[in-house]
Amino acid sequence: MTASPSEPEPSAPEPSAPEPSAPEPSAPEARREPYDLAVVGAGSAGLAAAVTASELGLAVALLDASAQTGGQFHRHPAPTLGARRPEALHHDWSAFTDLRRRLAGSSVTHLAGHHVWSTVREDDGSWTAHAVTGADGTAGRPARIRARTLLLATGAYERQLPLPGWTLPGVVGAGGAQAMLKSGLVLPGRRVVVAGSGPLLLAVASSLAAAGARVPAVVEAAGYLRYVRSPLALLANPAKAAEALSHGTALLRHRVRVRLRSAVTEVHGTDRVEAVTVTRLDADWRPVPGTGRRIACDALAVGHGLVPQIELATALGCATRRLPDGTLGLALDDLQETSERGLWAAGETGGVGGAELARTEGELAAHAVAARLLGRRADGDRIAGLRRRRDRLRAFAEVMSAAHAPGPGWQDWLTDDTDVCRCEEVTAGRIREAVTELGARDARTAKLLTRAGMGWCQGRMCGTAVSCLAAHGGAPEPPAERRPFAVPVRLSALAALDGEPDDPHPRAP
Amino acid sequence: MPTRNAPDVIVVGAGVVGAACAHYAARAGLSVTVVDRGPVAGGTTGAGEGNLLVSDKEPGPELELALISAGLWRELAELLPPQVEYEAKGGLVVASDEPGMRALRAFAARQEKAGVTGREVPGDRLHDLEPHLAPTLAGGFHYPQDAQVMPAHAAARLLRTGGGRIRPRLGEEVTGLLTGPAGEIRGVRTTAGEIHAPYVVNAAGTWGGALARLAGVHLPVLPRRGFVLVTEPLPRVVRHKVYAADYVADVASGSAALQTSAVVEGTPAGPVLIGASRERVGFDRTLSTEVLRRLAAGATALFPVLGGVRAIRTYLGFRPYLPDHLPAIGPDPRVPGLLHACGHEGAGIGLAPVTGRIVAACLTGDEPPLDIHPFRPERFADTEPPAPPAP
Repeated sequence: MTASPSEPEPSAPEPSAPEPSAPEPSAPEARREPYDLAVVGAGSAGLAAAVTASELGLAVALLDASAQTGGQFHRHPAPTLGARRPEALHHDWSAFTDLRRRLAGSSVTHLAGHHVWSTVREDDGSWTAHAVTGADGTAGRPARIRARTLLLATGAYERQLPLPGWTLPGVVGAGGAQAMLKSGLVLPGRRVVVAGSGPLLLAVASSLAAAGARVPAVVEAAGYLRYVRSPLALLANPAKAAEALSHGTALLRHRVRVRLRSAVTEVHGTDRVEAVTVTRLDADWRPVPGTGRRIACDALAVGHGLVPQIELATALGCATRRLPDGTLGLALDDLQETSERGLWAAGETGGVGGAELARTEGELAAHAVAARLLGRRADGDRIAGLRRRRDRLRAFAEVMSAAHAPGPGWQDWLTDDTDVCRCEEVTAGRIREAVTELGARDARTAKLLTRAGMGWCQGRMCGTAVSCLAAHGGAPEPPAERRPFAVPVRLSALAALDGEPDDPHPRAP
Repeated sequence: MPTRNAPDVIVVGAGVVGAACAHYAARAGLSVTVVDRGPVAGGTTGAGEGNLLVSDKEPGPELELALISAGLWRELAELLPPQVEYEAKGGLVVASDEPGMRALRAFAARQEKAGVTGREVPGDRLHDLEPHLAPTLAGGFHYPQDAQVMPAHAAARLLRTGGGRIRPRLGEEVTGLLTGPAGEIRGVRTTAGEIHAPYVVNAAGTWGGALARLAGVHLPVLPRRGFVLVTEPLPRVVRHKVYAADYVADVASGSAALQTSAVVEGTPAGPVLIGASRERVGFDRTLSTEVLRRLAAGATALFPVLGGVRAIRTYLGFRPYLPDHLPAIGPDPRVPGLLHACGHEGAGIGLAPVTGRIVAACLTGDEPPLDIHPFRPERFADTEPPAPPAP
């Protein structure tokens, strides 16, 4: 970084400017603390919130684990890769570059490379975000950022449902494949089957095809009929229909076949993926016997939608709501505030809904925060407009969420020897035994008795599957997302946390 | 026939203490129904480290319980499947300076008279037992009788014993006790109906006070919160249960304020578990970074090599605390047919078998394995807060 310690760090530079891969540990931010607002996550929601709040006169810190802004949706190659047209793989690229330009011109303190592992409410009602720094969270001293209000825009991660053979090399997450492509321009294979459920699949398939991969099939477990059952939400969101249409057109151009109500039920191969079996599903997602077809491929990109990443909020006791697709999102009020006063959230944390909704919610939350801190009423035309747009996009998101909710029958494609938890190598059979023989009735006890979800990923990969298996045919409880460490933290960093935060603004006695 | 399936006894609580009560009652020939509102090991058992300790206990009634229980655990380890992970790993208590060492020596001498084996380890021999300990420690005591089990499996596997005489009913909450004309126990009412039996055992752990209230008696079980830090999986860097000498004082303290002392141990699965904190804050589940800081600082002071190791999670639990630090075990004279087996604070995994033996003896009219007067459940009756005025 070129800034002197007394200056705020420079905000995201234009892609042409070289950017250090690992930011330096941050001592300087203590100068300006406490901030009016700390935003965790620099994706669409966080970026919009930080820029808007700053333009409304607030002192804002924007924290993100990545060296670049943009989050997962606008993930783009590091400037050193010299990509000429990163926008070729993106929708909404201009909206992102607009926010990035406004960030560069703002007074927002952009703290890149900050992995926030915990947020804590102090006795005076303010917030502290604890972060470790560096590319992998092991550089420098632990950072502590204090702010009067906090906004969580931590996005989502991909939901996976296990299947026989999914541990073979060549099986990647659908979102992971997209991220590899967007950030490194790398393809997971030459012949890639895209499978799972959710609107991301079409986008992934058209990106892969555009980048030169053969996509023999897109396999979607849901039908699209559920969308048609909510015509009002569709009519109110013509842009969403146009987006789907543009993916559809791209797929047609690349001769990609979309198979609805079907799933990849097995992956074949010895050292890596050689083929997959695609099977038709009934309305409950139960594989229909005798319908399996083998498709040759060297990679499978699979994902079942996204799960809101809300552990920082749930560790604080924020109320959640069950989303139509069975995941948990944060319960938010009309102005994006969580059940904890002074803590707002925007974007996928309240339910997965895409970049435009995320930007809208981020901007709306920033207005609400500014109104609270400046003692104004949160009304006016701008806020009313944002609320209307948020409601319209949120309604569409709920329809989408319902359309892609996994049916209970998916567990039928799990054999007893299928690994469910990859970190601890726990099979479906062992989890079933914990439930039927040992008295586990929920994901937590199944985890205690089998170690499923206790490994490195802390259940992000297997949480959905373990909850479904633990429910034993009943309605699965969504994983409770109680992960007090949002990222692993070295014990030396924990031990170095000071007992009392230093007061940067000592008051006169 | 409603009575055909009626058990001899109902145990409320499917934690390790309830499971042990069921096990020993079944061994005595009784049929047992175990009711829990959640899953097996859903409360404090599932949040415990599985310590079976004699080293941390002052001579007295609790140490007597612990010594008998240590023998019972050795026997159970033969009976239960290997998933219970019983390991006679031994404990190592270390002191950082000579005054600390003198206190340990005096403590161990008193324990020895009560039947505890403790062997002094001079500072320069500590590394024979624990190669990664900090080089500056003054010395310690090795306690070979200390052991460890995997608590959730211990509870689950104990419930599977009994040759068909143990019937778990999980996901069913007890909402009331059924009593006869003389106030004697007739069974329980649950969210799924009534279960009839002449005896009910309160093994509800931290929630034992609430169950006692349903029976109309006062038993002041309070939650005492503890955090455990869990590291990424490691090769065996910690062989024993290793803790700093001040742990003993913290265990014995009744203070509500936060107390932490370093307790470090490896697990067969690889992660190192780091405790121990104690604070009385009700059932508050909020993360405390101050607790985490102290735990990490304590553990890295004992094992500097852990400084570069990452913590991947932390969890918390609520120890069932009674004001005199002794559990409530045995019949409640205020309600005929009601027995208590709760309030073991942080020692429930270790003390579960002896508790089960006592309860089974009381149910069958046998002689308990030790004098149970110190654990009588009615001993707090005169501390009962006055009843609120009628509305």
